Amino acid sequence: MNTGSTNTEQTVAVSVTVNGTPYVVDVPPRRLLSDALRHDLGLTGTHVGCEHGVCGACTVLVDGAPIRSCLVFAVSLDGTQITTVEGCCADDGEMGPVQQAFQDCHALQCGFCTPGFITLITGYLEDNPAPTPAEASEAIAGNLCRCTGYQNIVAAVQRAAELRRPVVEERASRSPGEDR
Amino acid sequence: MKPSPFTYHRPHSADEAVELLRAYGDSAKVLAGGQSLVPLMSMRLAAPEHLVDINRVEALQSVEVGEDEVRVGAAVRHSRLERDEEVYGAVPLLRQGLVNVAHPAIRNRGTTVGSLVHADPAAEMAAVLLLLDGVVELRSATDSREVAAADFFLGPMQSATGPGELAVAARFGRPPPGSGSAFVELSRRQGDYAMCGVGALVTTGQESEITSAKVALVGVGDGPALVDVTSAAAGPGGAFREPQLAELLASQIAPESDIHASAEYRRHLALVLTRRALGQAHERAAA
Repeated sequence: MNTGSTNTEQTVAVSVTVNGTPYVVDVPPRRLLSDALRHDLGLTGTHVGCEHGVCGACTVLVDGAPIRSCLVFAVSLDGTQITTVEGCCADDGEMGPVQQAFQDCHALQCGFCTPGFITLITGYLEDNPAPTPAEASEAIAGNLCRCTGYQNIVAAVQRAAELRRPVVEERASRSPGEDR
Repeated sequence: MKPSPFTYHRPHSADEAVELLRAYGDSAKVLAGGQSLVPLMSMRLAAPEHLVDINRVEALQSVEVGEDEVRVGAAVRHSRLERDEEVYGAVPLLRQGLVNVAHPAIRNRGTTVGSLVHADPAAEMAAVLLLLDGVVELRSATDSREVAAADFFLGPMQSATGPGELAVAARFGRPPPGSGSAFVELSRRQGDYAMCGVGALVTTGQESEITSAKVALVGVGDGPALVDVTSAAAGPGGAFREPQLAELLASQIAPESDIHASAEYRRHLALVLTRRALGQAHERAAA
């Protein structure tokens, strides 16, 4: 394939905050967010599976809401706050509640799909902090895992809800009136 | 799986957007949520030279609940509409349909008007627009027009939106008092496009008799099919008469066989899901 023309391709400066760190990257408009994160920012925690929005492995949070990073152009997200799996840890850098729950419940085997689940569940629990097993199973229905058979992931959603409760309460007591 | 190069435009007003669409005509596409467009571009089934990103157009972000209708701007995401309690109070069918649209992560980015313009034959919100006597507002650099739902869906992936036109909003009519609605569908995996989906709107009168019953079906033809089934209502409190329902549906749907389901199975689903949707809608109308 002729790639000689890439130097004439338009590039756009995109400012995003990823996991609390501000970045400005110059990218061609066709750069998918998933590729911008991995190639331009070196944040390879976000995995790319199907690249057409079916598998959910590339899920990240944009302004707190889970979206599929392979289904958006980075340029569209100028000015947003993005959280990837690298940002789902605890404040002290230790495992965050969802990550810990995945370990506790053995909710991963090969780990390829895991970043997508961690981000999705992190966003989901902000909305629904105490899901029933049925709700937990519905919440993860859009993400594919070929190893676990999902049961342990459903269990991890509930375990994560349990683990994050004191963290959320502590956060609330520190900054009353602030959601995030 | 990478899109081909394009020139990116980010208008900040609808005027600016339609001016760009006029200037670039057929070579431009509107980017709203992009949940259908981006994968098409990644697979190179679409390769527009210009993308007009309407996500920053303030005037397209509004949801207005009026006395007679709910107006949804072109940049309003499914999830926002789905969670709006005032919208739910005015037109429950919007949320009832929206929860069936793909997965939450897709609804967080995808827009309702974008889904209408994309005109996938299995798209739930097309059926909802038809059931609620909806209208799509189209604007070009030189003209504005409104297209009724019945004239908007021309075929698979084909809407009445012309080159140079921007769908700025969709308006969904508020059903009369005494109405109930429901949306049911069946897909191989939750969140997939349905093998068949049915929205229903039932309106009852003072004696709780059924004065109007309509269903709109998706996934069983080239586009959403609206069917008036009032004549199949058996009377107050009664169920719908199945042979009549089957007859009314038969002439309005044209399902095809594919990897997910045979035409015959889809026809079967159409009747079963119609019965279920009508049952739920009727119950809610009576409540």
